[in-house]
Amino acid sequence: MSDLWQAFSTGPFVQIVVLSLMVSFSATTVAAVVGLPCGAALAIWRFPGRRLLTLLANAFLGLPPVVVGLALYLLLSRSGPLGALALLFTPGAMVLAQTVLATPIITALVHRAVEEPWQEYGGALRVDGAGRLRSIPILLAIARRPVLTAVLAGFGRTISEVGAVLIVGGNIAGYTRTMTTAIALETSKGDLVLALGLGFILIGISIAVSAGAFVLGGEKR
Amino acid sequence: MKLRPLVTLVLTALLAQAGLAAEPSSAPERITLASTTSVDNSGLFAAILPTFTKESGITVHVLAQGTGQALATAARDDADLVLVHDPEAEERFIADGHGIERAQIAWNDFVVVGPRSDPAHIAGGHDAIEGFSAIAAAVAPFVSRGDKSGTDALEKRLWRAAGIDPAAQGGGKWYRDIGGGMGAALNAAAAMDAYTVSDRGTWLSFKNKAPLAVLIEGDPRLINRYDVILLNPAKHPVPKQAAARRFAQWLVSREGQAAIGAYQVDGDQLFHPSAAAPK
Repeated sequence: MSDLWQAFSTGPFVQIVVLSLMVSFSATTVAAVVGLPCGAALAIWRFPGRRLLTLLANAFLGLPPVVVGLALYLLLSRSGPLGALALLFTPGAMVLAQTVLATPIITALVHRAVEEPWQEYGGALRVDGAGRLRSIPILLAIARRPVLTAVLAGFGRTISEVGAVLIVGGNIAGYTRTMTTAIALETSKGDLVLALGLGFILIGISIAVSAGAFVLGGEKR
Repeated sequence: MKLRPLVTLVLTALLAQAGLAAEPSSAPERITLASTTSVDNSGLFAAILPTFTKESGITVHVLAQGTGQALATAARDDADLVLVHDPEAEERFIADGHGIERAQIAWNDFVVVGPRSDPAHIAGGHDAIEGFSAIAAAVAPFVSRGDKSGTDALEKRLWRAAGIDPAAQGGGKWYRDIGGGMGAALNAAAAMDAYTVSDRGTWLSFKNKAPLAVLIEGDPRLINRYDVILLNPAKHPVPKQAAARRFAQWLVSREGQAAIGAYQVDGDQLFHPSAAAPK
């Protein structure tokens, strides 16, 4: 147990937690900026390809992180098409990978969250002169609790994901090592107690983030 | 919705941070080393890199990968130099024009580990080939890395030398190809009371030994040489060649060799400087 305490109270550990949170918050934020309007648009507009997009967003709920990681690795590799960006094995690459994973989740769940209020209030909104575009923020506000859950689901995916960040981040100590890659590493070193301890901290952080989001979102008691 | 300004503010701040994180920090020079896992996981780099960084101002980012993967990473231009331990794969890497200037930086040895119950009765032996034959004859569980790492390559060489094709004889039964790193293989062997081959560094620093013990050691075939290889500038015009060369030179310098030799885990020396290497 003294090992555990030593591991958790040192600088590298704090850095790992901060990096995990920064990468996941950044990815969730970008995914929300894309997914909230896209999800709402899928519910509001009728356009060719809408059903296909809905199907894809739902199918990509189960996008395999390892495959996303590998595809991005090949794209970002110095000998790949986007090699000039020098993003591979940086936190930026990790944000990109997690954004790809979280965006379909937020899009698909927001779509479902907004569908019902649109059917209920869509007519009234149009009578009031709000165009479909102007209706989007209003509908998201009406459905803010399921929308919040959608964003939290996206965050949950990013903070818990290991396959993609390991491939595109490289688990470099002090630079791209996150909670999940550190847990995988400690497991491989046979330090199962430390790995499990890190796991509990990760779960604790997820709970804290959800609780914070509930407070912000005005969850009813 | 009164939350919106706040949310916007938070989002903007986070996006700005993401932008910063993505930007390569250009001030201190940094190189990427694709290294075999054993050297990193055993804690050697954590112990010696700060000395090099302090002296040179160069930060070394270590990617801990199996030898096969490390060489592939470098061949794709995604690392600036490699530190690996599979002589045959290294020669191919150099013959293919990817690498130049190979230098041995350290050595230790491989050990055959297995359950204390030792169903194949190999404990105390000094002949790896005999041990492998006994394991196959006893159809005792054996965990193979199966990941093209240096240790995996050595294990395959030993089976070949013993004239045994374990995948054909016991694949899916006693011969268990887990397709994982050294730690994963040791965890699996501990859980299944199986035999496996480990490099000494990973074994000594591994913390979940449970029922496992070293059963065969001291066979000259089990010597484990760690080499650093620079990339061929003709094929890999990496702008960090000079820094990579400086690091490779430091590893074989008197200072670097002393740092490698001084590293210990629980009183055991994990890596011997190559100055004292058996050739």
